[in-house]
Amino acid sequence: MIRQVLAVFLDPRMQRTLLLQAAEHISLSLSAVVLAVLVAVPLGVWLTRREQLAEPVMATFGLLQTIPSVALLAFMIPLLGIGREPALAALFLYALMPILRSTYTGIKQVDDAILEAGRGMGMTSRQLLFLVEMPIALRVILSGIRVSTVLIIGWATLAAFVGGGGLGNTIMSGFAMVSPGQILAGGIPVTLLALLADYLLGRLERVVTPRSLRA
Amino acid sequence: MIRFENVSKVYNGNTPAVENLNLEIERGEFVCLIGPSGCGKTTTMKMINRLIEPTSGTIKINGKDIMQIDAVDLRRGIGYVIQQIGLFPHMTVAENVALVPKLLGWNPERRRKRVGELLPLVGLDPAEFRDRYPRELSGGQQQRVGIIRAMAAKPDVILMDEPFSALDPISRESLQDEMKRLQRKLKLTIVFVTHDIDEALKLGDRIAMMRAGQIVQLASPEELLRNPTNEFVAQFIGRDRLLTDPDVLTVADVMIKPVTVDPGHGLAEAIVTMKKRRVNSLLVTDENDKLLGIVIPKQIDLTRRGTVADVMRTVTVTTAPDVHLREAFQRMFLDHLDLLPVVTAEGTLVGLLTSTAMVDALSDVIWAEGDAQ
Ligand SMILES: Nc1ncnc2c1ncn2[C@@H]1O[C@H](COP(=O)(O)OP(=O)(O)OP(=O)(O)O)[C@@H](O)[C@H]1O
Ligand SMILES: [Mg+2]
Repeated sequence: MIRQVLAVFLDPRMQRTLLLQAAEHISLSLSAVVLAVLVAVPLGVWLTRREQLAEPVMATFGLLQTIPSVALLAFMIPLLGIGREPALAALFLYALMPILRSTYTGIKQVDDAILEAGRGMGMTSRQLLFLVEMPIALRVILSGIRVSTVLIIGWATLAAFVGGGGLGNTIMSGFAMVSPGQILAGGIPVTLLALLADYLLGRLERVVTPRSLRA
Repeated sequence: MIRFENVSKVYNGNTPAVENLNLEIERGEFVCLIGPSGCGKTTTMKMINRLIEPTSGTIKINGKDIMQIDAVDLRRGIGYVIQQIGLFPHMTVAENVALVPKLLGWNPERRRKRVGELLPLVGLDPAEFRDRYPRELSGGQQQRVGIIRAMAAKPDVILMDEPFSALDPISRESLQDEMKRLQRKLKLTIVFVTHDIDEALKLGDRIAMMRAGQIVQLASPEELLRNPTNEFVAQFIGRDRLLTDPDVLTVADVMIKPVTVDPGHGLAEAIVTMKKRRVNSLLVTDENDKLLGIVIPKQIDLTRRGTVADVMRTVTVTTAPDVHLREAFQRMFLDHLDLLPVVTAEGTLVGLLTSTAMVDALSDVIWAEGDAQ
């Protein structure tokens, strides 16, 4: 079996295919996560200002999370056809929840005394958000982004089902050819990508966390 | 410079947290707001920087209605220190202290200089502490930083809400001393909320005693100790404190009821009375309790018959019930007196100060202080 996997990896034609798919995979995952950050972080912040809405909104997004991924992808086809777009849309929806929740809790957990001090010193709510709440919540928000990224790199494999490209294609053709070597040849890079993303984002978390906030 | 005019605050339709409050705070004054929990101290204080807005009435700073001033601008001119300290955990000591100056647009050099001036004021070495983060400081050090952070932009007023109550007793004591020293030196105007009467007595130039949203008494510590307006204030201050502070005690507090005789008393009888009552002197009074003189055993020659009136001496040194105890004791000490009769302005004898009473009073003070530690 190891030999079969090596055979795939050593085949120059397959190498090119895998590299191309890995690039697609990364681009798809990254796009989904970036879009999710752009939506979920502001929404999370906004929900901390509209607490009555926080639970209903988050429950709704939580519900999305429970839809089986294949079903969600399939659901996207009538809306967006096949290709990269439906895959991106589905991955984006999956990526939202961890980021939304971490943003909300990260900001919520900022000590009231700190906010009171800030307000009492004459900070505007904008200054309070950008100079106090966001920097303090940053680490928690980043950990939500990390969770999302790792999840999305895994789920991006399924994009192949709707013609969205990525390493899922190699795995799918492995299934079609009943070739465990081929399946693993697609699966191993996905795992490596997820681990790499986890590591890099973990490093980033440490870098942006001042000495003071490190546990 | 801060003036409350008929200020009330009602939270969502309940009983008022602050009711029709009038208060004028002078520049350079240290005013303590004190009273039981829920009496409206914090509410009163937070109305000054508009963290809470009054339901009715006006608050003026330097003659200007604060509702006419932008809340953010107002707050930047008012220092604010809270019990939970509230330092920004992700900022260094220097960044915390320089925050309001930064909001006000001071340049970095000026901010740096200001931090260097402020840290030593509370006994922190800039070289050592400037770049530390709050969690790398003790609670007492954190609140020191909290205090200078509030002073950074030279505010007109500093508001402090129980700033020392979460600290250990030793830090609390030393911070109180430093705060008072700073306030005197820099002529700061401070509004200070506390529930600790000792703290209020120690720090306040004036103390506003509050109850149920109103000021019950506004007075200097001395005045408060000497003349609590009512039972509530007296109880809040604590009877022990009223009686054991040597600066506040008066003669009336420690004088004893003297043993008296009338001038027609026989000498033998007088000796018997002294023995029976275990005293070494008798005060001679007329039927209206007017002091006529004093008799001590030395003066009585038992071989002779006669009355008290024959041997008594007139009393040249007396004191009055409202005289400061300290003063009366000094008198006794300087004149080598064992006894000092206490006489009203009308000449009526009301008590007697003895050296024993003096020792008792002093020991009370010493014991009370010993207990407090
Ligand atoms: N935000 C609020 N909403 C409703 N009621 C409030 C609010 N803040 C204070 N109160 C009420 O107003 C009254 C005065 O509160 P305040 O905080 O001024 O008291 P305090 O004298 O500072 O008490 P403590 O010594 O406990 O701090 C209390 O009865 C309190 O329950
Ligand atoms: Mg309070």
